[in-house]
Amino acid sequence: MSAPSVDPTERARDLLGVSRLTNSALTSWLHGLPGVDQVGCEGRAAGLGTRSIKTTSKAWAIDLAISMIDLTTLEGADTKGKVRGLAAKALHPDVTDPSTPSPAAVCVYGDMVATAREALGDAPINVAAVATAFPSGRASMPVKLADTRDAIKAGADEIDMVIDRGAFLSGDYLRVFGEIAQVSEACVREDGTRARLKVIMETGELVTYDNVRRASWLSMLAGGDFIKTSTGKVSPAATLPVTLIMLEAVRDWHDLTGEMVGVKPAGGIRTSKDAIKFLVTVSEIAGDDWLDPFWFRFGASSLLNDLLLQRQRMRIGAYSGPDYITDDSPSLY
Amino acid sequence: MAKFEYAPAPESRAVVDLAPSYGLFINGEFTESQGGSAFKTVNPATEEVLSEVTDASAADVDRAVAAARRAYNGVWGRMSGADRGKYLFRIARILQERAREFAVLETLDNGKPIKESRDVDVPLAAAHFFYHAGWADKLEYAGLGTNPRAHGVVGQVIPWNFPLLMLAWKIAPALATGNTVVLKPAETTPLTALLFADVVQQADLPPGVVNIVTGAGGTGQAIVDHPDIDKLAFTGSTGVGKMIARSIAGTRKKATLELGGKAANIIFEDAAIDQAVEGIVNGIFFNQGHVCCAGSRLLVQENIAEDVERRLKRRLQTLRVGDPLDKNTDVGAINSKAQLSRITELTDAGEAEGAERWDNGCELPAKGFWFRPTVFTGVSQGHRIAQEEIFGPVLSVLTFRTPQEAVAKANNTPYGLSAGVWTEKGSRILWMADQLRAGVVWANTFNKFDPTSPFGGYKESGYGREGGRHGLSAYVTTESNG
Repeated sequence: MSAPSVDPTERARDLLGVSRLTNSALTSWLHGLPGVDQVGCEGRAAGLGTRSIKTTSKAWAIDLAISMIDLTTLEGADTKGKVRGLAAKALHPDVTDPSTPSPAAVCVYGDMVATAREALGDAPINVAAVATAFPSGRASMPVKLADTRDAIKAGADEIDMVIDRGAFLSGDYLRVFGEIAQVSEACVREDGTRARLKVIMETGELVTYDNVRRASWLSMLAGGDFIKTSTGKVSPAATLPVTLIMLEAVRDWHDLTGEMVGVKPAGGIRTSKDAIKFLVTVSEIAGDDWLDPFWFRFGASSLLNDLLLQRQRMRIGAYSGPDYITDDSPSLY
Repeated sequence: MAKFEYAPAPESRAVVDLAPSYGLFINGEFTESQGGSAFKTVNPATEEVLSEVTDASAADVDRAVAAARRAYNGVWGRMSGADRGKYLFRIARILQERAREFAVLETLDNGKPIKESRDVDVPLAAAHFFYHAGWADKLEYAGLGTNPRAHGVVGQVIPWNFPLLMLAWKIAPALATGNTVVLKPAETTPLTALLFADVVQQADLPPGVVNIVTGAGGTGQAIVDHPDIDKLAFTGSTGVGKMIARSIAGTRKKATLELGGKAANIIFEDAAIDQAVEGIVNGIFFNQGHVCCAGSRLLVQENIAEDVERRLKRRLQTLRVGDPLDKNTDVGAINSKAQLSRITELTDAGEAEGAERWDNGCELPAKGFWFRPTVFTGVSQGHRIAQEEIFGPVLSVLTFRTPQEAVAKANNTPYGLSAGVWTEKGSRILWMADQLRAGVVWANTFNKFDPTSPFGGYKESGYGREGGRHGLSAYVTTESNG
């Protein structure tokens, strides 16, 4: 992808109708968004969770979900060996069935990007790197930018950044905006192309749905290519209602600007049944345009194996058991 | 881009045993009619004949009332409240145990989606029996007056939109307070009431406490006119309600009438907009709009009307209309051919009067009675579709500018059953609830029912309340009120 032609600050001024982008201008804009009714939102999510997906539509959804996974390992104990194992798993998710799709990306810490890239070779699987002092985001801006540039230099195709939740909760939206815009700029490679930027809002720390909605809009305004729920280090991580709010946000953003932004729930999605509920929500809230690995991702490590288990069951008509699924990646040890 | 097509997920109808024909449930057993005829009940989604039921004669009604009187004098009227409560608890539990059977049968006979019969009708019906079972031995403490006691024999006539739930709304409080009943289900949806007769037997209820006579208008009239009926409870159209009121005028009979509605669902500019859109959908497309308290008049603040209409139309395109037994179906079949032609007539009138018609364009099954979710915009108070109850999946959108105007327009109807208010401002919710002449006002939600909450109307929406302590009071007489 090439660098964005529009400067986010310029575009934000345009959308907000202000001559200077100030914190108070951002505050009035974000607080002018319609509120979210908690009961109604959770009720809607629960309703979407009861859709009955079976037979052909289930088989289709399972393959789609596999292709949307950012297969992830984000541990202090990560080694090159573990990352190579993860990459191998991405290349051949199910050794018993070569028709199994590969996940969209492997997601690792910045220092593991080169290892992952090398292990994946020319395969059309992206390497995503978490950057900006992940997961807390508590570092100075030069450190966060250097973290990002390192990952880009090492060959990352996608950057998963965290926002400064402290700044957001204290109402310093301009600061959050500025950080996202700067990291987005740091995603530009030497050849002028750029990595896609996923903005992690850590919704578990934002707590209210109103905050989730505002953070989503702020992230999109500042130039995020994806809005992402969580680091996976904070509970609750990706819930269906939070993802629903984000899907409404990207849909409305598309109505407003004509641009599409991706959504990535991450953390806590472990079963095929859960993944399918998310896909139903994507389809019914944002629309089928988002049912594509380019626009929707699952941040997960153990989800893949459950999807593979279900996929095998649909193929052979019986559950094979965990020993028939290779286990190189999950962080369950 | 891919498209998410849900494969059909039909609920099995094997759980339901349908007899080719049914008699009348009188004095604890099924009996043949005396002089009545037979008619067929069909599945509105397929027009398939499900079974043949009895159109009870006046003689049949007379037998049923006599059985109810005997049961009242001999057993039920004398039984302690605690013992009556045990029977009601037993009925509630059996309903839960046989929930799937009831849900499938309700969907077959009525045309409503299985997800509604399964998740709303049957659980709520059981909840009404549980709730009233709890009151049976505490009537003295319900604040109804001194020494509350039953009226005696209650005649009950219920509609086709919530056949089992309306049965529970009627029978549970009547039995809890010590009355015996003769109930007539609607002619298009008699089957779950007949299955309920089976539950009555299973619960070992003394013979005659619950009698179920099927039939059409004539049977209902025979119940209304019967001299040995002490109290009438009717849910249905305003037209029939007025006839009943006229029939019993000057007699000693008591009555509660739950009639039509044309509820306003009012959306203010500061509402949580996506949840309000859900509330609009739930308000009018729940149960195909066959809901007397449906939010059929949408009042939107003018400055957000365009946005709301756009979101609403987009939302309606995801509504899945079709096989009611499919677990993914959101909107089922129209209950009868007659109802379908009434909806068609009124929507044609809406178009003729100049309102702008839009429907979601979904494909409809070739057989059965179907109507697409439809929205009329540019509607004003003078249009028939803004005044008359359509009782179908048809929404009329009107606009307002100020809270006062919203109240005036909402109240400007002969009906007054329910209303909805959508705003993030708590004080406005309270102010609106105070101004609206409606029996129920929902705030930031719609079509929520609970046995503890009284339900009923103002003006032509009827009189009396069902549910809660207020509902109990309609089934007792006290020393203070005679």
